[in-house]
Amino acid sequence: MILERKDILGIKELSKDEILLILDTADSFIEISTREIKKVPTLRGKTVINLFYEASTRTRTSFEIAGKRLSADTINISASTSSVVKGETLLDTARNLEAMNPDVIVIRHSAAGAPHMLAGMVRQSIINAGDGAHEHPTQALLDMMTIRAKKGRLENLNVAIVGDIAHSRVARSNIYGLKKMGAQVAVAGPATMIPRDIEQMGVSVHSSLDEAIKEVDVIMMLRIQIERQHQNIFPSLREYAQRFCLSKKNISLAKKDVLVMHPGPINRGVEISPDIADGPYSVILDQVTNGVAVRMALLYLLTGGKA
Amino acid sequence: MKNKNRVVMDAEGIDRSLTRIAYEILEKNKGLDDLVLIGIRTGGIYLANRLQRKIAAIEGIEAPSGILDVTLYRDDLQKTNKKPRIGKTDIAFSLDDRKVVLVDDVLFTGRTIRAAMDALIDFGRPRLIQLAVLIDRGHRELPIRADFVGKNLPSSLWEDVSVKLTEKDGVDEVVIEMDSEE
Amino acid sequence: MNWLIKGARIIDPSQHIDDRMDVLIENGKIVKLGEKLSPSSKKGAGIIEAAGLVVTPGLIDMHTHLREPGFEYKETIQTGSEAACAGGFTAIACMPNTNPVNDTRSVTEFILRKAAETNLVNVYPIAAITMQSLGNALAEFWDLKEAGAIALSDDGKPVMDSAVMRRALEYAHSLGLPIISHCEDTCLSSGGAMHEGFVATELGLPGIPGIAEDIMVARDLLLAEYTRSSIHIAHVSTAWSVRLIRDAKKRGIKVTAETAPHYFTLTDDDLRTYDVNAKVYPPLRGKTDVEAIKEGLRDGTIDAIASDHAPHAQTDKEVEFEYAASGMIGLETSLALGLRLVAADVLTLNQLIEKMSTNPAGILRIPGGTLRSGGPADLTIIDLQRLWTVDRKAIRSRSKNTPFLGWGLTGKAVMTIKGGVVTYDELHN
Repeated sequence: MILERKDILGIKELSKDEILLILDTADSFIEISTREIKKVPTLRGKTVINLFYEASTRTRTSFEIAGKRLSADTINISASTSSVVKGETLLDTARNLEAMNPDVIVIRHSAAGAPHMLAGMVRQSIINAGDGAHEHPTQALLDMMTIRAKKGRLENLNVAIVGDIAHSRVARSNIYGLKKMGAQVAVAGPATMIPRDIEQMGVSVHSSLDEAIKEVDVIMMLRIQIERQHQNIFPSLREYAQRFCLSKKNISLAKKDVLVMHPGPINRGVEISPDIADGPYSVILDQVTNGVAVRMALLYLLTGGKA
Repeated sequence: MKNKNRVVMDAEGIDRSLTRIAYEILEKNKGLDDLVLIGIRTGGIYLANRLQRKIAAIEGIEAPSGILDVTLYRDDLQKTNKKPRIGKTDIAFSLDDRKVVLVDDVLFTGRTIRAAMDALIDFGRPRLIQLAVLIDRGHRELPIRADFVGKNLPSSLWEDVSVKLTEKDGVDEVVIEMDSEE
Repeated sequence: MNWLIKGARIIDPSQHIDDRMDVLIENGKIVKLGEKLSPSSKKGAGIIEAAGLVVTPGLIDMHTHLREPGFEYKETIQTGSEAACAGGFTAIACMPNTNPVNDTRSVTEFILRKAAETNLVNVYPIAAITMQSLGNALAEFWDLKEAGAIALSDDGKPVMDSAVMRRALEYAHSLGLPIISHCEDTCLSSGGAMHEGFVATELGLPGIPGIAEDIMVARDLLLAEYTRSSIHIAHVSTAWSVRLIRDAKKRGIKVTAETAPHYFTLTDDDLRTYDVNAKVYPPLRGKTDVEAIKEGLRDGTIDAIASDHAPHAQTDKEVEFEYAASGMIGLETSLALGLRLVAADVLTLNQLIEKMSTNPAGILRIPGGTLRSGGPADLTIIDLQRLWTVDRKAIRSRSKNTPFLGWGLTGKAVMTIKGGVVTYDELHN
């Protein structure tokens, strides 16, 4: 089983076979997290650096746990406490880290393209943990893993992604991944949140939640950022919730065995009503569990000596 | 590429060896108390299942059995980028204070068994670990020995000893393949 | 200096000449063009064998950023001039977004003095429309003209306030100073990093919609018509801009326009690798815009090709794409990229030279753009066959920010002569 890549920067460039390899490998890592001793020696002596320029508890903790469960040494660097505050450029930070010889650098950054810049500059493997509005490959992989585990397949499923599509890396990565695996994807949100020409990505576009989720197998709700209100992207959270909140009122439009997903953190009552978030359709917590397995799988597949 | 296959054990021979091993396990452990069988993926799984059935036929009770995948504990993973496929590990019971009989098809360098023992220790603290193998072909690289052996088969390093089982290969036989590699 | 240039193909759009002829230069002026001319009898006269080469009026770049005073780490008047003459230019007009902004006579005089010291290329300062280019208070147009400014622009920024732009057009027109407009509605473009379209959607980068340019072009054309003044539109990049300018010209509005080589050579697809050297304002647009630009050049809607040479140091560029400075150098690649249009039958060689020399001289009302007898001996000698690669080490500009690094190009200026003095010579070195 070979993943012939130095880096995981996005879903767009992955082939269907590569995605299957990652998902299958992730499946076998689930069991480790259920053991008494949640550790295997596989990455013993390897160093994984989590370089997070954007605040994140969920993703960073997930990567940290993934590394530690594989017995790797994981180091967390968050930009606010590092030399970045002193004005060090991304490139200099990367070169300094490279000189300390880690094996994998996981980077989250608010500027699209930052991981690509890094990957071209340092010899270590780079995993993109989210770059601006561009891609969040590990999120899409864990989302697909969750759907596959519940539905047994990804082909010919109808998936609706709802929310601020324009600013969402989760949306983009999932669109690439789900389409590659044969699913149908619809996006929905206020017109101001639909990016230009997105139909060219092969998705159907809706400006109403009810339209988008009719008879779907999976609903993926995205997080709304309050700051967008000040950019006149939407008038108020109240109005957004009235039009786009997933709740008991509209969930029945989807299939009876619909899956409700959210990358987190949830704005309860804005994107999803609390009873749906905690209810029987929700697989939000499975997503989190699968996230650790997917990240373990990637660390496992990317590391190793060169033959 | 020359390919001379020699069948050194047929279906009957395998069955008789497994029957003998089943009796030996019961004799050495004075019964089934706290005994569990753990088959090492892949060949060991089917042998463990067969042993479980034979023991059940003798004692009337089934000993619990589990499956162990040792891939993540191997000592040669960092050698290449070629990552072996990881199979599922399924041990649904506690190993604390149990008598664990590890089951594998071929004992060779001993490294797989070393990895298996490291994995077992992570699952709990067995009272003791014993090893049952169908074939012991020598060439140990670590101080590991089997408690129960179906057949001792001295072999040369150029030979490939292959245990074929009906469950996965459609036939029961142990074959030595001597091929000169290009 | 005295020269006889022999046997070249002479292209002079101002005199409708495209013929094999000799050129006689004496005392820094063009004496005459003719067949089989005798060499000058003056002391130290030289002969340039130019068979197989093309001689044109010296190329004029009407949109350059020289960065001095204030941003010398990116470029200086010296290094910018060296880049210019290597690109075949005998004259360049430099934009005022220096530090301090060229909004007073002292900065204009400084630039002219520095340029005279280097004496490689004729430098014509463009002064600011408003003080510090903040878009509020008009600069002292007359004083700036007296100091030597030949046009006005707030380039780098638009004049957002239409009332201010109206007054600027009126006042400048009365002084005979061209106004060069940087058309950008900053409310629409704010936060954007590349052209808003499918590529931006896929890359997850904030977009700059084409209408940010189109809306201001429309506004400026209407203001020019209303104030009965003339206007020059800088760096045209969109199909709508071309359409609007074409219609305006038909209506008799006194508008001229320029585009830069990257707008007819690259598209937003070239940003898929997040190449910071391709980040520019206006951004690289889509295929339909590029085709419209080419059509605009072909049918005369766009009068000039100007490089918008915008040097940025490595520290300004080698950062995350969204934070990288916008702009690319262009003086040394402008001609070769223009020649690609000739090779593709979009323009004739004559039309290209018109847009890179004759028209810029006319729009800026400066000498040059012609090989008329008695005029200054500003000439460019071009080898249309010369194959060369854009090599980082050979770039003379202080900054190397160009997306054309590594490109194989055909055609190069091999000699540049300004006022009869050879400022660049690749032919004999």
